[in-house]
Amino acid sequence: MIERRPILDLISHLVLLLGVLVVAFPVYVALVASTQTADQAAAAPMSLVPGDQFLVNYAEVITKGTSGNISMPPVGRMMWVSFVSALLIAFGKISISMLSAFAFVYFRFPGRSLFFWMIFVTLMLPVEVRITPTYQVVSDLRMLNSYAGLTIPLIASATATFLFRQFFLIVPDELAEAARIDGAGPLRFFKDVLWPLSRTNVLALFVIMFIYGWNQYLWPLLIATEQNMYPVGIGIKTMIAGGDAAVEWNMVMATLILAMLPPGLIVVVMQRWFVKGLVDSEK
Amino acid sequence: MEKRARFKSAWLPYALVAPQIVVTLLFFFWPAAQALYQSVLIQDAFGVSSQFVWFENFQDLFNDETYLESFKTTAIFSILVAFLGLSISLILAVFADRILRGASIYKTFLIWPYAVSPVVVGVLWMFMMSPTLGVIAHALRYFGIEWNHQLNGRHALMLIVMAAVWKQISYNFLFFLAGLQSIPKSLIEAAAIDGAGPVKRFFTIVFPLLSPTTFFLLVINVVYAFFDTFAIIEATTQGGPGKDTEILVYKVFHDGFKGGDLGSAAAQSVILMTIVIVLTVVQFKYVEKKVQYS
Repeated sequence: MIERRPILDLISHLVLLLGVLVVAFPVYVALVASTQTADQAAAAPMSLVPGDQFLVNYAEVITKGTSGNISMPPVGRMMWVSFVSALLIAFGKISISMLSAFAFVYFRFPGRSLFFWMIFVTLMLPVEVRITPTYQVVSDLRMLNSYAGLTIPLIASATATFLFRQFFLIVPDELAEAARIDGAGPLRFFKDVLWPLSRTNVLALFVIMFIYGWNQYLWPLLIATEQNMYPVGIGIKTMIAGGDAAVEWNMVMATLILAMLPPGLIVVVMQRWFVKGLVDSEK
Repeated sequence: MEKRARFKSAWLPYALVAPQIVVTLLFFFWPAAQALYQSVLIQDAFGVSSQFVWFENFQDLFNDETYLESFKTTAIFSILVAFLGLSISLILAVFADRILRGASIYKTFLIWPYAVSPVVVGVLWMFMMSPTLGVIAHALRYFGIEWNHQLNGRHALMLIVMAAVWKQISYNFLFFLAGLQSIPKSLIEAAAIDGAGPVKRFFTIVFPLLSPTTFFLLVINVVYAFFDTFAIIEATTQGGPGKDTEILVYKVFHDGFKGGDLGSAAAQSVILMTIVIVLTVVQFKYVEKKVQYS
């Protein structure tokens, strides 16, 4: 605060409140619609006062999926698929990047820079630009409709590798020297020295990668062709496929709220690590 | 920078990089090579034989009205998303940087749309803007605006821009706020002592010092608009009405998977790869001279 300007302070709060309102309004609408009956939510326009169907609607989508004429798995199942995939993607990305960063920093070996560049180039090949041939590979490997197919092709991570490399480089050399003198091999050093030191970084990356995994859409759209492997994002798209008249909006909105809950909670509860992860992974 | 202390092993480093390299080869390099290869082939209608045609697929694309149209749509879309997303978040960040009390509460509320997946964002906005039952569409009608993104291409574009910006505000906001907080207070104080008011200080000191952050976010937002908005479009307009909101990524998917035109889809992928490479190079060039003031 440089100088006291009460009017500017007031304007600041007003602008920020407006921002919060704009950000929160769509979610509020979804929340309200998810507590109404199907008719209420499809009224034109719907009321912005919450209804009394909260428990009924949520219980129904979680256990039965939406009713109506669209067949789809219960949202509980789809949330589980999303959750497992997001966890596998986050763990996978972090473990393989940590291991390769360890090799790049603590070893000299022929092919080191070639491998490094290979990983770097993956930055330039987002899944969107190589959809068709990647799908072909996964289908040739018979990985369609499996967790392996949903996760493994996404776990290579240049950003995570750079992040760990950057971090290992600032770990004092003395630690590795001391470990060597004490007779610890590289794996022992990794486990007892590097891993404990990296925990904050791992946590920060985990938050970002979990959200990344949870929010995948295009990839599961291709890989999950059987309903029991649908993650929740694909389920939502299936629910609204019937067109305005056939859609039970209260159920759709309940599913939306459920779908944003896990990553939303993680961001709010682990805000410090989330911000750290976001800032670090873009360096 | 290199480490002084190293370990020696003939096999261990290879074992350590192996998982990542295998995944990279299998799911990145091989498919990318396939895309390159297919982009110079034309397959017959049944997919049994294919013929080497040099750059015919590319020529066809650049002679194709709909492809050029899609390029234009993508350009307009990403400029709007980047411009609106950056301006709104900069305004919010500047005000959030000013106030002392309650700043962290605002921050919590503003950052969490980052966690909402694009498909959810798309369905949320479609529900609110639906011409038959949307809350906002009705409010607009009250003001005399007949909102219908299912028929009006301009409305459809505005819808996907709004949804895409809504999601991206949180990200931009965080980076702008961090950038603002890293500007030394002494500079601002010196200007204040010299009699510069808040507006003048913003344009002469704060904004220029923020330019590395702004430029970085500009690249990120363009990449976001190009590649990460697929699900938003799929959930709201599906490229329509007509092809008014068909951006490049959506077209690749559409031509490759729904249309089955592999040669053309591969050529489109190659063009997209080129765009990503250019954007990445720009971004990395910039990263080297990033920190000017901390």
